[in-house]
Amino acid sequence: MSPDVIAAVMMSVVAAATPLLLAALGELVTEKAGVLNLGVEGMMLIGAVAGFAAAMLTGSWIVGIVAAAFAGMAMALIFAVLALTLLANQVATGLALTIIGVGLSALVGRPFIGVPLPRLPQLYVPGLTDLPVVGRLIFGQDLLVYLSFALVVGIWWFLEKSRAGLVLRAVGESHDSAHAIGYPVIGIRYLATLFGGACCGLGGAYLSLAVTPMWAENMVAGRGWIALALVVFATWKPVRTLAGAYLFGGLAFGQLFLQGLGFSIPSQFLSMLPYVATIVVLTLISRDATRIRLNTPACLGKSYHPDH
Amino acid sequence: MLKSTIKAAAIAVAAALIAAAAPASAADKLKVGFVYVGPVGDLGYSYQHDVGRIALQKALNDKVETTFVENVPEGADAERVIAQLAQSGHGLIFTTSFGFMNPTLKVAQRFPKVKFEHATGYKRANNVATYSARFHEGRTVIGAIAGKMTKSGIIGYIASFPIPEVVSGINAFTLSLKKVRPDAQVRVVWVNSWYDPGKEAAAAKALIDQGADVLSQHTDSPAPIQAAEERGIYAFGQSSDMSKFGPKAHLTSIVDIWDGYYINRAQAVLDNKWKSEDTWGGLDSGMVVLSPYNPNLPKDVVAMADQIKNDLIAHKITSFDGPFKNRDGKEVIPAGQHLNDQQILTMNYFVEGVQGDLPK
Repeated sequence: MSPDVIAAVMMSVVAAATPLLLAALGELVTEKAGVLNLGVEGMMLIGAVAGFAAAMLTGSWIVGIVAAAFAGMAMALIFAVLALTLLANQVATGLALTIIGVGLSALVGRPFIGVPLPRLPQLYVPGLTDLPVVGRLIFGQDLLVYLSFALVVGIWWFLEKSRAGLVLRAVGESHDSAHAIGYPVIGIRYLATLFGGACCGLGGAYLSLAVTPMWAENMVAGRGWIALALVVFATWKPVRTLAGAYLFGGLAFGQLFLQGLGFSIPSQFLSMLPYVATIVVLTLISRDATRIRLNTPACLGKSYHPDH
Repeated sequence: MLKSTIKAAAIAVAAALIAAAAPASAADKLKVGFVYVGPVGDLGYSYQHDVGRIALQKALNDKVETTFVENVPEGADAERVIAQLAQSGHGLIFTTSFGFMNPTLKVAQRFPKVKFEHATGYKRANNVATYSARFHEGRTVIGAIAGKMTKSGIIGYIASFPIPEVVSGINAFTLSLKKVRPDAQVRVVWVNSWYDPGKEAAAAKALIDQGADVLSQHTDSPAPIQAAEERGIYAFGQSSDMSKFGPKAHLTSIVDIWDGYYINRAQAVLDNKWKSEDTWGGLDSGMVVLSPYNPNLPKDVVAMADQIKNDLIAHKITSFDGPFKNRDGKEVIPAGQHLNDQQILTMNYFVEGVQGDLPK
């Protein structure tokens, strides 16, 4: 393969990985606060339709991206009110959120079907972007790709190094203790859930603005579930999430690439690999009790009421 | 499991709507029901069926009343939807996807007075007719265009599922391509979906990275056209005209037109002349149409494409004229003969020149 082909393949892997990475990072923060929101797919769809609609109606990418983040956040707010304030079961509420997202995005998106939109612009630095192979990879991406990398670093720093991150983790590990010390458990969980929603919205918008600049019903096509699996696969660590997203994205693209070259790997087998990999990782970490305790937020998915 | 839950909920709502709408309808109008496998917003297969439904409603507005149910999964749920339509007084019901075949026949047995029409299937009954279009004829035309337009000799083909309809399309395309450009090859990538823009775009990029400079697709989203436009190569659309997604890349689309068929069949019911029969229309019947060519297509290529199209319409040639060999080098059909309909409908091999896996 020539260097140009390698660079082109890498660009396609970036396109496949970025929506997974954005959504998984958001869900990671949500889960670190002890909230299990299974509505990733629904929030991504709402983000995709809102981002596309706003970008098309205003002609501004920034408005589109911001709208996607807010739309994802609005969905997360519905979840937060139901699951955190009204103490509904988180698993059921999350599933319901996905079902709502599928239907609502299809309804809202009706006028935007079949409307073309130019791609989210990519950076161009004269000289640097023209460098062979690495030029476009490093200096030729779009805003959301750079943002996804910034988020990896930012979230890692926040969770590992900052005091606020420590508090968020404390809420996820033991909400009773955090409450006893005087932290607003519900408030912190609200913020973490909203942040997760915003990231999922951005992940959806990456699909409708950059990968395939169009709106189509159900266009997220299961990537939200892969993002959820990815968080577990990465054992709730931002840098591992990055690696996992590129691994899953690379697998998704690689199987199509290999088919074109005439290799016959059943594509169904490759489609299930991300989930198999997640189960394998789960099994491996489950063998070591300390590792689970270190990684899985202890209060994940548990409702919290201060009076209990 | 989740998906089926969503669909089940959607069906319940749809069924309730149909039931609610029933008493209000005028008794003397023929009620015509349509069952779609996808959303009407797919801008592809189900969308084109709905265009046909709307045309029927317009043409016979004072005599028919049409309803549709979209997003119906193929299987047991379909049976419930079809039965619901039959029960609520529909006299003619079109079930538009291959997987509705057995449910349609089951319901038809219970409602002998209702007429059923099943698209792309092969089982008929006294009150069940079948209809389909010879999509592969369109692929014979675009295969030849691809042969003229490719420089690298590598054509990328994004395919959905390895069913005979798709396989015969790939073969018709390849046979026609190799007549124009004998050294060309077709690279097939299966995406295992009729509609997944992200995956279709990724498949398109993978093929372009491997040197393909013309793309053909048997999936329904315009994502491959967008990818072709971005990389400056050519592509053919599918099901509906996709030119606005890639004004430079898009050469033409194979479009399914059901308008005339739906109007004729409803009229036949109204005239009491409806019979159970099998219709398989091609370019000659107007069921398969090529959307307007890209204005930049060279004149000699347009002339060649039109010649092939006219020869197909006049039945001077077919998509599968012998002699040709399958990929193992075995002769499928000798010179002077062509495949019959049954052989096309059961095609499960690739012809010479196709590269890629054919899942069994």
